[in-house]
Amino acid sequence: MELAYTEEEEEFRARLREWLAAALPGLPPKPDPLDWPARRAYDCGWQRRLYDAGYGHVHWDASPTQRLIFLEETERAGAPYVGANFVGLLHAGPTIAAEGTPAQRERWLEPVLRGDEVWCQGFSEPEAGSDLAALRTRAVRDGDAYVVTGQKIWTSHAEAADWCELLVRTDPDAPRHRGISWLAMPMDAPGITVRPLRTLAGSTEFAEMFLDEVRVPVANRVGEENDGWRVTMVTLSFERGTAFVGEVVACRRVLGELARTARKNGTWDDPVLRRRLGRLGAEFQALWRLTQWNVSEAQASGGVPGTGGSVFKLRYSHARQELYDAAAAVLGPEALDLGREWNQDRLSSLSYTIAAGTSQIQQNIVAERILGLPKGR
Amino acid sequence: MDFRLTEDQRALRRGVRELLDRSFGRDALRAAVERGSLDRELWRELGAAGFFALRLPEEAGGVGLGLPEAVLLFEEAGRALLPGPLIATHLAAGEVPGAAEGAAVVTAVDPSGFVEWLTEADTVRGEAGSAVPVRSVDPLTPLHRVPGAGGARPDPDRPDRADPADWADRADPADPADPAAREAREAQEAQEASLLTAAEQLGSAARTTELAVAHARTREQFGQPIGAFQAVKHLCAQMLVRTELARAAVYAAAVTADPVEIAGARLLADEAATLCARDCLQVHGGMGFTWEADVHLHLKRAWVRAERGLSGAAAEELVAARL
Repeated sequence: MELAYTEEEEEFRARLREWLAAALPGLPPKPDPLDWPARRAYDCGWQRRLYDAGYGHVHWDASPTQRLIFLEETERAGAPYVGANFVGLLHAGPTIAAEGTPAQRERWLEPVLRGDEVWCQGFSEPEAGSDLAALRTRAVRDGDAYVVTGQKIWTSHAEAADWCELLVRTDPDAPRHRGISWLAMPMDAPGITVRPLRTLAGSTEFAEMFLDEVRVPVANRVGEENDGWRVTMVTLSFERGTAFVGEVVACRRVLGELARTARKNGTWDDPVLRRRLGRLGAEFQALWRLTQWNVSEAQASGGVPGTGGSVFKLRYSHARQELYDAAAAVLGPEALDLGREWNQDRLSSLSYTIAAGTSQIQQNIVAERILGLPKGR
Repeated sequence: MDFRLTEDQRALRRGVRELLDRSFGRDALRAAVERGSLDRELWRELGAAGFFALRLPEEAGGVGLGLPEAVLLFEEAGRALLPGPLIATHLAAGEVPGAAEGAAVVTAVDPSGFVEWLTEADTVRGEAGSAVPVRSVDPLTPLHRVPGAGGARPDPDRPDRADPADWADRADPADPADPAAREAREAQEAQEASLLTAAEQLGSAARTTELAVAHARTREQFGQPIGAFQAVKHLCAQMLVRTELARAAVYAAAVTADPVEIAGARLLADEAATLCARDCLQVHGGMGFTWEADVHLHLKRAWVRAERGLSGAAAEELVAARL
């Protein structure tokens, strides 16, 4: 039980810190959140710079501890987060790295790392949200291709994507968790219609996607046919395990800014509010320690995060909402002005207890897979 | 960085758990509740196992381990609901003769104004001269309170009587007479006491989570184990989340020994212990409300521990001050 970093890890941190200090001043201004081409260019441009500096691979190849340091330092320096590359770098990429053939890894990983190709996630459907195994999009084998027909929803970053990690049903007669396959679908294939959905925050983070006899080569299937559920669980364990590490660091920074603002605008004198911020301070400190714990576990088990991710996600998603509610309390009536920092984030935080498995589903997972309680009927 | 327990730490935890299972299992716990007094033989056994001397250097007859190991020890004590002024005696090891070996029972006046196990103690640290007995909420933690000390406010409905016993002859001879020196020692010990209390709370939270889950898996209603119902599942999942968050906080605070980190860990551990005990009681249904179930003992002890030293409000202020 220790929290000290090795000499090599500290060297990695020092080199990275130095590089960030030199690289960040030349960064172009942040694009308009509604302008997807500009966002894509910005996020991919940053990824390319990381790649050229030798940091592009950090989410996969580096040790979990190095990745932790990377997220800590980039956040501390105010560097951009993964943005439009979220799915490619943190979902599809790690999944292909873990489950793909050598040819698949060769084809898809490098372009993600270089910031050349953007991925989106085609998992959920209107009838299959948190109950992912209820998905109905069909893929019928026709020679060396699957012919895919169906509808996806909540497809993150669909507007900007070149590829989609797509879950399809390849055997409609099999039990619902079997019979699913994981495909890499090119977004320029004929038969794909993307209709952006507007979030309550006003942005278009995700979309509906209609698939009408889209042909996807069989060679694009990652994992065995009908083994897509297991492959997906690998993806989801990444999502729940470590995809939020950078955000915990960000929340701790926001909390510090909140305290500074409160001291300036006088709300700090309210002991109830002050103690509320103190409580959140303890909470995010603990979430950071839990992250380090999970990373240590992942490091010991060869890099794939364990079920600790569900425990983390459950508490983190609610704590994040409490953080931005506290921010609103500090801002007072200014909390109604969407031009003020934190208010957009407050709206965005509302998705955290729903996306990547609702809190209720997460509680079922914790109860059944960690605590061993029986499945309900 | 490897935050996980080392093999030695795992072995230590296993060893302590086995020792406590053997020497203070459920029958012993219930017997202790009936008896209400401290088991001196068990106390010496704990001493022999190094419970009190754990952090003393080896040349002083101790085990030479640190705060992280002490935290694992006290976590197990919390799991087992081990009674007695464990923390005060642990902190007095090396200073009060006999404490390290478990030959002496040492208690201390808490900053809250309460003293645990006063009549059983051989040595009392702090001013307990005017202590009066209290009907303790926890049947396994006899309490006195020192009027006017710390958080204890005079109660107009209950004028304090002078206690017939005189505690002066049990005062710690090593207690510094100089108020500044005493304050410095007390501040240092308050940190450690807070952390070890958090460790006990963590152990209790983990235990009540296990008890609730075990009950939910076997107890059947409406033709199936109640653990198959989402409402029960979600209670249990929340218990685990609280416990594991507190665990990360407590273990990290043991490594850094940072006062603010300790305060935060204490806050989360107090909450985990009290809320998990409540949820455990809820999962047990009517049986949970009886004297026979152990749940109430966990809840009451968690309440007593939560009043020790650092209050929740003070902890929140401490963390806020560093934001």
